[in-house]
Amino acid sequence: MTIAFRVNGVEERFDCSPGDMLSDLLRSAGHVEVKKGCGTGNCGACTVLLDGKPILSCSFLALRAEGREVTTVRGIEEEAAVYAAFVTAEGADQCGFCGPGLALAVHALRSEKRHPSEEEIRSYLAGNLCRCSGYAGQLRAIAKYLEAADAE
Amino acid sequence: MPNDERGRPGAPATSLSSDKSFSAVRRSSPKIDGRGLILGRPAYTDDLAPPNALVLRLVRSPHAFARILSIDASAAMALPGVACVLTWKDCPRIPYTRAGQGHPEPSPRDKFILDEYVRYVGDEVAVVAAVDQRTAEQAAALVRVEYEKLEHLLDFEKAVDADVIVHPESGIREMFPIGFEPARNIAAAYGMEIGDVEAELARSEVRVEGVWRTQAQSHVALEPHAAFSYLDLHGRLTVVSSTQNPWHTRRLLGLALGIPLKGIHVVKPRIGGGFGGKQHVHVEPFAALVTLKTGKPARIALSRKEVFESTFTRHEMRVSLRLGASREGRLRAIDMRILSNTGAYGEHALTTFMVAGSKTLPLYNKAAAVRFGGQVAYTNKVSAGAFRGYGAIQGLFALESAMDDLARKLGQDPVALRRQNMIKEGETSEVFRIMGEGTEGIAMTVESCKLEYCVKRGMELSGWDPKRLSWEEAPGKIRARGMAIAMQGSGIPLVDMGSARIELQDGGSFKLHVGATDLGTGSDTILAQIAAEELEVPVEEITVYSSDTDHTPFDVGAYASSTTYVSGSAVQRAARKMRELLLETVAAKFGLPAGEVAYERGSFSGAGGTKKLGLEELSFDTLYHDGAAMRTLSVTESFTGHKSPPPYMAGFVEIEIDAETGKLWVMDYVAVADTGNPINPNLVRIQLEGGIMQGIGMALCEKVRYTSEGRLLTNSMMSYPIPTREEVGRIRVEIADSYEPSGPFGAKSAGEIGIDTPPAAIGNAIFNATGTRLYSLPFEPEAILAALAARRDP
Repeated sequence: MTIAFRVNGVEERFDCSPGDMLSDLLRSAGHVEVKKGCGTGNCGACTVLLDGKPILSCSFLALRAEGREVTTVRGIEEEAAVYAAFVTAEGADQCGFCGPGLALAVHALRSEKRHPSEEEIRSYLAGNLCRCSGYAGQLRAIAKYLEAADAE
Repeated sequence: MPNDERGRPGAPATSLSSDKSFSAVRRSSPKIDGRGLILGRPAYTDDLAPPNALVLRLVRSPHAFARILSIDASAAMALPGVACVLTWKDCPRIPYTRAGQGHPEPSPRDKFILDEYVRYVGDEVAVVAAVDQRTAEQAAALVRVEYEKLEHLLDFEKAVDADVIVHPESGIREMFPIGFEPARNIAAAYGMEIGDVEAELARSEVRVEGVWRTQAQSHVALEPHAAFSYLDLHGRLTVVSSTQNPWHTRRLLGLALGIPLKGIHVVKPRIGGGFGGKQHVHVEPFAALVTLKTGKPARIALSRKEVFESTFTRHEMRVSLRLGASREGRLRAIDMRILSNTGAYGEHALTTFMVAGSKTLPLYNKAAAVRFGGQVAYTNKVSAGAFRGYGAIQGLFALESAMDDLARKLGQDPVALRRQNMIKEGETSEVFRIMGEGTEGIAMTVESCKLEYCVKRGMELSGWDPKRLSWEEAPGKIRARGMAIAMQGSGIPLVDMGSARIELQDGGSFKLHVGATDLGTGSDTILAQIAAEELEVPVEEITVYSSDTDHTPFDVGAYASSTTYVSGSAVQRAARKMRELLLETVAAKFGLPAGEVAYERGSFSGAGGTKKLGLEELSFDTLYHDGAAMRTLSVTESFTGHKSPPPYMAGFVEIEIDAETGKLWVMDYVAVADTGNPINPNLVRIQLEGGIMQGIGMALCEKVRYTSEGRLLTNSMMSYPIPTREEVGRIRVEIADSYEPSGPFGAKSAGEIGIDTPPAAIGNAIFNATGTRLYSLPFEPEAILAALAARRDP
């Protein structure tokens, strides 16, 4: 069947089967910025925004996106570039595979909560796993980024 | 990087980095690829696969041990869109090993791309290639396989000389003597003794002993293993792969497929984490096989379930250890005996097990007698392979736990006991000479060792007080501290080799081509920093390209904590030589002897400053203007270590135990490391922090589990939890002021040392909280509760 939804503001049509997951559909359509780490909704690498709210696209049936607005990291590129500067300044980007999903989760955190505490940051981002950094460097970078962004 | 310790008295000032000035190294340059990766640019193997490639799906064994009687692929082949179904009958019968290691391989050649036997649940049975994922999955489900189920063997402690023989087939072999006895289920064996251990133990006034068990652990790099392949214009096989070692991959592919190496081109794009898990060929042979059979591009990306079930784990080990000491606490004897579980195939069997001794025993180099030995057993479990820590973490769990037990028996502070016995700058250990990676070792003197500083600084930062190692923080909340020390290596001396090529490009910047493999560690950036330091240019003036068997010079790859030290030294040599070449070239242009031209930050001058030339002008001259003298200024240099200078760490942990539930929290982990001069302090720090977190995962929650039929229970990230960002309190890392004379700008390694201390440090803290030694990893709440109960109710 064919379904349609907007990706980063552009209407796209997809050939889709009932069991297809959104991450697979997006990747096969060339949106390879959506990463697939676990396929069970545990690692957060596949995070995208659906109508502005973060979802785990590896465990989200593609059909459910019909008619809605999907945002990948490419859709928040300007903001993500500023964020990326904070992460790379801390050396916390490492292999980068969790990077696009985490950038979207941080974007969602920022839109929901101004000046979050360290505990709130950890809790909000707990579903975005990283195997390289040990999280401490990411936390330093994210805290600095949010402080700077919220000061604007 | 505070420092109040100048090593041993009289140590040369060169053992400190703070004495020296640098412009491009010892600086936290941002990783050159970080921005693009966060912005989601196509960069990883599966992002780059050609859309028209055949998609592969593997049929895998549902049995722990079986012989394949027949495979009926007719229904699968009848499905529209299926290109081929390949079985063991379609593969050359050439034994190989999937382990990416030196040559000849220290791992036995005991694997075939596909075989008549399957030796664990998840072992490969057939390869299905189809036009898309859906068709490939449907076709794989239609392949009918008839098995003769064989009795299987899961318990490695009962494997040696068991009735079940995991490798009964003929044709498999060792490449040099490694103690390979497949008829006894022994993949490798080794033994050595320095001095007379029994005699030293007998005269020791205080002795401790125990049997420690470490579990299999999964790597869980976030990017699942992936590869794609195609035939290029010339008919050569190109393989793009998420590999840690492009040259080993090429060599192993050539071996397994029976084709000459010149016919294979391997490329590594960006890679989403490795930790040793991509130091092997798990997917490449299947893609290559399909491309060679069909002539078409082929792609394979493992599911997470396949990564768990069908790649590798850490070697499970049983470590039996005895220590003997004088009444004053001087170590007299260390006796370490190990049984290791290599699973179905023997990848890294010998070397991981040997490292459990060779990178732990030299820590206490004053013992008069040291014995090490044991065996590595085959079982019908997921194969074990390289994993950060690589034996050292297993050996250190036992050794550093036993050191605490010894301290208690002596009535000493565990820190004081270590300081009395541990290795110091300017010293050596016989173990370095005797034990190498599957062969003899290399004698070496430790030229940089700031372990004493690491321990003292760790005590300060953590608030270590030997009289208060456990206390009740609040009702039902028990706090405790523990510590451990560790060492690793920096590459494998006279085995690992790396190369670098530097070329002056039009415009005056430099091209740096390295075979080294950046796994996300930032090695491309670090290597550019080393070149920039030597050439006195900004890091941005170095364009790095890495890990391509056609386009970069050779490198064994990223493992054994080698890249900064081995590949970095190659870069430093190449940059030095480029500098000389630039000076010679400019001197000829100036008409001056080479010694009379000065170079500073991209500018040449001579004859009292009357002659000047910049790099940009020089580049256009040498490429366009110099007539018959025109040439490309390019140099290639290589490096292999004559030693493997160990980095060191002292780790101090504070834990909290919930007395009701047995749940353990790491509140604070303080680690002070001697990594030599950090080329990029931020990247070194993150390596250490990330390693500590993986070590905490191994200590607390990560454990591979099977059913009695040998099926993996922990085959998803739901059933195999890795630490989240909520589970650990603070991790505090400091880098000691140290300078390794043999390393590039004083650097040693940082990749593995971070993972080594947590299991023993946390185990020692649990002992301090409960009075009970837990001998098995991970430390689960049930065991901690039982330990608490034993204290209350002895």
